[in-house]
Amino acid sequence: MEATGVSAGGKPVTFPQYLLLNAKRFATRPAMRMKDYGIWQTWSWSEQRDEIRDLALGLKAMGLVEGDRIAIVGSNRPRLYWAFCAAQSLKAIPVPVYADSVADEIAYVLNHAGVRFAIVQDQEQVDKLQSVAGDIPGLTDIIYDEPRGLRDYDHTHLHDFATIQEKGRQASSSDKSMVADWEEGIRASDGSEVSAILYTSGTTGRSKGVMLTAAASVKAAEDTAKFDHMTEHDEVLAYLPLAWVGDHYLNYAQGYVVGLCMSCPESPETVSQNLREIGPTFYFAPPRVFEGLLTSVMIRMEDASRIKKWLFDHYLAVAKKHGERILEGRHVPLSARISYWLGDKLIYGPLRNVLGFTRIRTAYTAGEAIGPDLFSFFRSLGINLKQLYGQTEAFLYVTAQKDGDVRPDTVGPAAPDVEIRIAENGEVQFRSPGMFAGYYGDEDKTKETMTPDGWVMTGDAGIFDAEGHLKIIDRAKDVGKLTTGALYAPKYIENKLKFFPNIKEAVAFGHDRDFVAVFLNIDLTAVGNWAERNNISYGSYQELAGLPRVYDMMAAHVDQVNRDLAAEPMMAGAQIKRFLVLHKELEADDGELTRTQKVRRGFIAERFEPLIEALYNGSSEQFIETDMTFEDGRKGVVRATVKVVDAKTYPAVETLPEAAE
Amino acid sequence: MNARVKHVELHAEDDGLAPGEVILKLDNVSLSFGGVKAISDISFDIRKGEIRAIIGPNGAGKTSMLNVINGFYHPQQGVITFRGKARSRMQPYEAAASGIARTFQNVALFKGMSTLDNIMSGRTLKMHRNFLWQVLNVGPARDEEIEHRLKVEEIIDFLEIQHIRKTPVGKLPYGLQKRVELGRALAMEPDLLLLDEPMAGMNLEEKEDMSRFILDVNSQMGTTIALIEHDMGVVMDISDRVVVLDYGRKIGDGTPDEVKNNQDVIDAYLGVSH
Repeated sequence: MEATGVSAGGKPVTFPQYLLLNAKRFATRPAMRMKDYGIWQTWSWSEQRDEIRDLALGLKAMGLVEGDRIAIVGSNRPRLYWAFCAAQSLKAIPVPVYADSVADEIAYVLNHAGVRFAIVQDQEQVDKLQSVAGDIPGLTDIIYDEPRGLRDYDHTHLHDFATIQEKGRQASSSDKSMVADWEEGIRASDGSEVSAILYTSGTTGRSKGVMLTAAASVKAAEDTAKFDHMTEHDEVLAYLPLAWVGDHYLNYAQGYVVGLCMSCPESPETVSQNLREIGPTFYFAPPRVFEGLLTSVMIRMEDASRIKKWLFDHYLAVAKKHGERILEGRHVPLSARISYWLGDKLIYGPLRNVLGFTRIRTAYTAGEAIGPDLFSFFRSLGINLKQLYGQTEAFLYVTAQKDGDVRPDTVGPAAPDVEIRIAENGEVQFRSPGMFAGYYGDEDKTKETMTPDGWVMTGDAGIFDAEGHLKIIDRAKDVGKLTTGALYAPKYIENKLKFFPNIKEAVAFGHDRDFVAVFLNIDLTAVGNWAERNNISYGSYQELAGLPRVYDMMAAHVDQVNRDLAAEPMMAGAQIKRFLVLHKELEADDGELTRTQKVRRGFIAERFEPLIEALYNGSSEQFIETDMTFEDGRKGVVRATVKVVDAKTYPAVETLPEAAE
Repeated sequence: MNARVKHVELHAEDDGLAPGEVILKLDNVSLSFGGVKAISDISFDIRKGEIRAIIGPNGAGKTSMLNVINGFYHPQQGVITFRGKARSRMQPYEAAASGIARTFQNVALFKGMSTLDNIMSGRTLKMHRNFLWQVLNVGPARDEEIEHRLKVEEIIDFLEIQHIRKTPVGKLPYGLQKRVELGRALAMEPDLLLLDEPMAGMNLEEKEDMSRFILDVNSQMGTTIALIEHDMGVVMDISDRVVVLDYGRKIGDGTPDEVKNNQDVIDAYLGVSH
């Protein structure tokens, strides 16, 4: 027997071991919820164990053995989460895949991982897999959750989830020792096996399979759960892609370690309603979700009655002034406290309730820089929103902000048990308990990512501030120089632009060029609403984006960014000289964004080359033809003449005191 | 997902007919309004379990045909046989009670009511307790209500409209209203479902969704479907058999392929030089 692990009497070192433990210590506590036919259904930890056991034994009967890879494709459903644990209980390796990937992307991942079985959500995914089945020779069987529409399919290699579980139940009822063997198998593990392979979203090129070992994953989750004082009384709503490290970590890993209750939304469209019904205590969302929430609140307030609007504006000002100080337990005069208390009764409380944030103890955001105003807005309402910095290779956490020590422009100090250093070229490197074991089937890439002394290179450029908080500036390889010698960090500029609600996406250019120029994408919700209120009519996204008044609006935003940049000595040289508003929205389906909505700079530069030329050759407009992909995979072509506009730049710092604001 | 709630299967009632047997038959039916002949001397049949399309240029008499089938119009001549019984003058509610449900060309929902209530209204004919019981909302009436609600939830799940369960339908975009209307028709668990231009005014994606719903209703619930539709691509894709009308006369009848190659049909659609 090994020295660690439950069989040695120690703490659990795998998630299935935690499953058995939770089924004992929290037997009747809720483990999983899902809204079905309009009613929330709940599974307790012991029921969840039984579901997982039936599935595991069924999979075993189908021939799943240790080391097999098993793909999981779909949205957040209890059965798909059970599939993770069932596979792990047999030491098989779950490989989750983004549900909205097109067939080719899925085929690539499944092939690369050498998957044998796939557990998928519904007919849509079955169709997708079957359409590329010829390219995935290793894939033998597909198991589906929702039978709808699949009745007339050939079922020789296609199975209903329930029948697999039934198979498991039959096997165990005819041979009583199977259950005991299954549990014994789980207990025997020392946690050294690979617990999951998570494919990165592929900001650069093809996605890579990050291998995470069981014991490391468990250790990382234990650390952060303790850091945020999580208990079995916590509730989370799992709504982010289950193939993404954030969901797998925050909901599955932390969930098993503390024994909390995970809820799955009824459908992707009902997330906001379900959030309100469940009222999670722990919540994660990327900045753009918070952005969307703020935009929708503001738009609704535009249509509110005058009294409500006055109340809202008044108490928002109070919150802005005192809210964060109160949240952090700092000193605030009594009058301000009373005013904030009133505001809480009248505005903040009801608002938190509408957003489903009433019970939140800890909320995180990460993935991108968050606008300071946006960040403060939610914190001032009394929501403990914090930032973390992480990546798949770390099994999420690298840094995290502590309660009460939070600021908008850094991502906090190193998370528990994580070591961080900044390399000479400015790159952030780390060592952590959850650190990955390598890229699956790609030794070379693994070597490229690790330093000889065993640190992981993040590829991000960052600096530590005086208090030891990490500040991420940009991707290390994206930081460049203008021909004038000025430092140019594209993401830094783009983020400043994106903090305006009217700008959805921005792409900056400037490396080895004379000046900085940007593409802008308008935010259809915000700008559309503005157009409606100002009686501006438009027929399409393209028309709206090209309107002169929209250009004026964008020019004002660019101007503000230039003032801000002028106030920062390091960045003053990289002000925006020219810009244009793109005629189409940047889309993941067209390959312009990654599936996690990050800009793919190189691809965009190639695709819109004529526009970039126009930015730098001084012309005032440029015709362009781009092909685009519709949701059903058909192709179309968009043609447009895009205007290019000059922006005003400012001399550095001292002349503009107001720019410091 | 199946899960915990007792699974109620929605099904067309078993009427003793095997798939492929004739469920509805029209013999030499004619309908005129004053001097205008809307339908003249048309005969065709609908077989159990099939998707039957009725197509034709504008004013060909398609909607009149549906109205005749569900008893809204009464033909001056001809015989309509439904499930082997020749039908005399029938009122729309009798048609509904006998297992024929329909949707309308321009959505006819209760705009101020929620999606849920609209679909629930489709269950009215299945309610056994009378109005008084329902008002009191006790005992058996309550149980019945729950049972119906479960069926309605099944439909909501089927049509993927959970997110608008409590939204007043007047606020919904057109495509979703169409889906709710289909939901209400399905709530009747009809043997024969009449769809009047289910995809009018929809974009491509909505059309694809609707096509899939129609196919699923047909295959999973075993519902026979007769539909009118202008989008030829859709009609040819999803129907088993097509009947073509022009100026109130039948000019073609058969599988999509047969109809596509029928010279009269081509002439009617593309025009013919005289």
